[in-house]
Amino acid sequence: MGYEHHDYRRQPDFGTPEVRSERHVTCFIDGREVTVPEGTTVMRAAALSGGSIPKLCATDSLKQFGSCRLCLVEIDGMRGTPASCTTPVAEGMKVHTQTPRLQKLRRGVMELYISDHPLDCLTCSANNDCELQDQAAAVGLRDVRYGYAGENHLGAAPDLSNPYFDFDPSKCIVCSRCVRACDEVQGTLALTIEGRGFESKVSAGLASDSFLSSECVSCGACVQACPTATLQEKAVKEIGKPERTVVTTCAYCGVGCTFRAEMRGEQVVRMVPWKDGKANRGHSCVKGRFAWGYAQHQDRILSPMIRESIDQPWREVSWEEALSYAAGQIGRIRETYGRNALGGITSSRCTNEETFLVQKLVRAGFGTNNVDTCARVCHSPTGYGLKTTFGTSAGTQDFDSVEDSDVILVIGANPTDGHPVFASRMKRRLRPNGSKAGAKLIVIDPRRTDLVRSPHIEADFHLPLRPGTNVAVLTAMAHVIVTEGLANEAFIRERCDWDEYRHWAEFVSAERNSPEFLAPVTGVDPEAIRGAARLYATGGNAAIYYGLGVTEHSQGSSTVMAIANLAMATGNIGRRGVGVNPLRGQNNVQGACDMGSFPHELSGYRHVSDAATRALFEAEWGVAIDPEPGLRIPNMLDAATDGQFKAIYIQGEDILQSDPDTKHVAAGLAAMECVIVHDLFLNETANYAHVFLPGSTFLEKNGTFTNAERRIQPVRKVMEPLNGYEDWQVTQELARAIGLDWNYTHPSQIMDEIARLTPTFAGVNYRRLDEEGSLQWPVNAAAPDGSPIMHVDGFVRGKGKFVVTDYVPTDERTGPRFPLLLTTGRILSQYNVGAQTRRTANTVWHAEDLLEIHPTDAENRGVKSGDWVKLASRSGETTLRALVTDRVAPGVVYTTFHHPATQANVVTTDYSDWATNCPEYKVTAVQVTPSNGPSEWQEDYQALSARSRRIAGSAMEPAE
Amino acid sequence: MSGHTAAKLAMMANQIARNLALEPEPARAMADHVIAFWTSRMIDTLLTDDDAASSLLPLAADAMARVKAARAAHGA
Repeated sequence: MGYEHHDYRRQPDFGTPEVRSERHVTCFIDGREVTVPEGTTVMRAAALSGGSIPKLCATDSLKQFGSCRLCLVEIDGMRGTPASCTTPVAEGMKVHTQTPRLQKLRRGVMELYISDHPLDCLTCSANNDCELQDQAAAVGLRDVRYGYAGENHLGAAPDLSNPYFDFDPSKCIVCSRCVRACDEVQGTLALTIEGRGFESKVSAGLASDSFLSSECVSCGACVQACPTATLQEKAVKEIGKPERTVVTTCAYCGVGCTFRAEMRGEQVVRMVPWKDGKANRGHSCVKGRFAWGYAQHQDRILSPMIRESIDQPWREVSWEEALSYAAGQIGRIRETYGRNALGGITSSRCTNEETFLVQKLVRAGFGTNNVDTCARVCHSPTGYGLKTTFGTSAGTQDFDSVEDSDVILVIGANPTDGHPVFASRMKRRLRPNGSKAGAKLIVIDPRRTDLVRSPHIEADFHLPLRPGTNVAVLTAMAHVIVTEGLANEAFIRERCDWDEYRHWAEFVSAERNSPEFLAPVTGVDPEAIRGAARLYATGGNAAIYYGLGVTEHSQGSSTVMAIANLAMATGNIGRRGVGVNPLRGQNNVQGACDMGSFPHELSGYRHVSDAATRALFEAEWGVAIDPEPGLRIPNMLDAATDGQFKAIYIQGEDILQSDPDTKHVAAGLAAMECVIVHDLFLNETANYAHVFLPGSTFLEKNGTFTNAERRIQPVRKVMEPLNGYEDWQVTQELARAIGLDWNYTHPSQIMDEIARLTPTFAGVNYRRLDEEGSLQWPVNAAAPDGSPIMHVDGFVRGKGKFVVTDYVPTDERTGPRFPLLLTTGRILSQYNVGAQTRRTANTVWHAEDLLEIHPTDAENRGVKSGDWVKLASRSGETTLRALVTDRVAPGVVYTTFHHPATQANVVTTDYSDWATNCPEYKVTAVQVTPSNGPSEWQEDYQALSARSRRIAGSAMEPAE
Repeated sequence: MSGHTAAKLAMMANQIARNLALEPEPARAMADHVIAFWTSRMIDTLLTDDDAASSLLPLAADAMARVKAARAAHGA
């Protein structure tokens, strides 16, 4: 399996999907003996045996369709010329794929196609990369007897509305591959074949729709499926055919899609989902597929910069001067204030190796455990909750597991926006498939997310709970399960601590935890909770998927443990189709946590107080490690405002925009004497920085990411870093500047060190990753091939631990001043703080943050869609435009945090999860009033940004 | 650290106490939690600020006393 090709070739296409069967049959294709799983088509068997039957409507990512009539074959003992794509092989079958009769038939079919196709191959963007062209050659087409003067579609107008691809109906052969891809792969069903016969044409939505205005989500599945240039990437038209390819891993969400970067020189032509990617299985979303343009955006900062004060303009300097200055400041501050005045933040957007080095730099170089990661503000409660209950801080399943689920419970997650490629897998399981019924669906979310109701999918239960009441709802479900005798006692007795279960069962059984008693708190119909609980407990394999709507609460950790309790109580752990699955927000949240980024843990989730663990690291690193935990991000900021925390190294993270209570973050940063930002762009945090170290994108580096299913996947450099260095090299140079003797020459050496020090990674190395494509930890002597499913024979901690999760209301309360509850989230086209996606054409779908408000609340305030409104909380206020919608319940408003012009986190508070300090982003009491313009904060901040981004000697100021 | 931070630490401690109140041994559970996740300086700040300490819930106060005793036993 090659990951890098110095020429361009399409991935092999076997025509029809792989069939899984334990029984095999042997047949003969053109005399070649081939043995395949029972049910395999003749077309696929031929391809597997090295042959190639002409085809147009068939491709192995889609079910066989049998419409193009090009793949006809002759079979001994069978009449006629059956289509090879719809004919399964049989034992002893003798197939002939190339006979004079077949040649004549295929040529005739191809003549008809070509008679209504423009003959502009030399100037077509798909020249030499066109299946129609290939198949015309394969069938030996030399002439078209019908001529080209008849009625045709050659003058059909193209649809150029989508920013990333064009639709040219004049080149369309109506094979339906695009429509089927939208249905089967993506599950949006935005495309259709409109009209009949000669009038048949592909249509996006209604006749009046363009691709842009339709329900198309620009996942690219249709473009990938198109066998002609009908659906073609604009980049291919502009740049030309790729000349080399490199397989790598996407740097957007935690799904971890594998892509093939198709390159021309040092320029990306397109990113095509790799069919052999085990996380995405050949699918993609609008971000990974198309939104990579930020990598070469003009806003990239490529030279290091320093300044003594944030009032000064930046001064571009050499790497040596920047690193020397940073090291000098770190040394001075350590000398003056002590080692605990220093700290660092690792990034979930960077590789495992880079993250490992940053925490090593802080612990071994700065001499403190004051290191934290952006997972603090997203999934730190997952780490705490799952480690407490199961014994390890990770999800239990692989993505393939969802295929075996009978009941899917989604809580606090919006996968169609946040994790779209996995959402497509989930939707495929939710829809009926042939004789197999679709899985049942329970959605627990204050908003009516797309998953609640979409084509051919409708949630069996949607529990639109009041924000902040997750624990109450889950405890009420547990009440139903226990009091109605639905718990799996055999599983609990065998796998869990029975006494702890009894303690928990007694607690949840109390009347005060019944759905009826808690209804005034949750706002959910008790019968719906009872129905959902019964379905989860008795509906077969039941899997829970959750996101930040679970973790970003004052009881985030309790909610994770409440989820684990439900799974254990019903025996839904330890096999395919079940489990507890955190959907990680960023690409390497799992990896950043694994690598020892938290202030209390070394890699592999081992507490710093454990002497044996410390001894391992001390022996490897040659320094003593502090046995006490360090500061978390919010504590670092508190300590900074108190004058006790003075310097920070932040790699790949924009805490000013992403962390809560922006004013407090700004005050903390402003109080520090040395802020070192290592990033692609002058982000918001850099407004308060003294040293800026240019970063590199995922396209410019080698390393690994670990996705939400614990899958460690290679990141391969597809182009040279524009700044000259990969991020791990920059961190190494900073370490050397402060006196550490680091001499890594390749990230594989860093992974070798990780493997030496981390039991769950003991069997991981780059050679194996190349050979096997990816590995799911733990990979060690006990699990040499990795672990797609965890806790199969027993929990990692021994006995599963039931934890009593009492509902404790948040201190954030609505009242007369702030009567509405704000909850925040993300949208499909944008990613996190938007630093990447705002620098792509994705802004066409989401150019600004909007405030969703229910019609009743809007009417009470005289607000209409499009109006500017002031959003105010006790922390601060901002202005943005309103979107009146009943997707949110009365009393609830919702917005995203993708745009710094809005700074939605000016409004969020410093309340946080009790166990981990993960911010309570999902519950803020607010008021909404009509507004005429930006808030005072927005105006002040805009002025500060303009001042802070000045670069001495530069005519242009980068625009953030 | 300032009084503001001490007050915030007291709020955090009370929040932990409320969430661990139904543990079989809640004071011990909370003390273990604080020792595992708080820095020495955070603990000292809370323990030495009279206003903050007086605002602790009984369970939180009990737990912090255990933390103090544990640290004394270890010579901290």
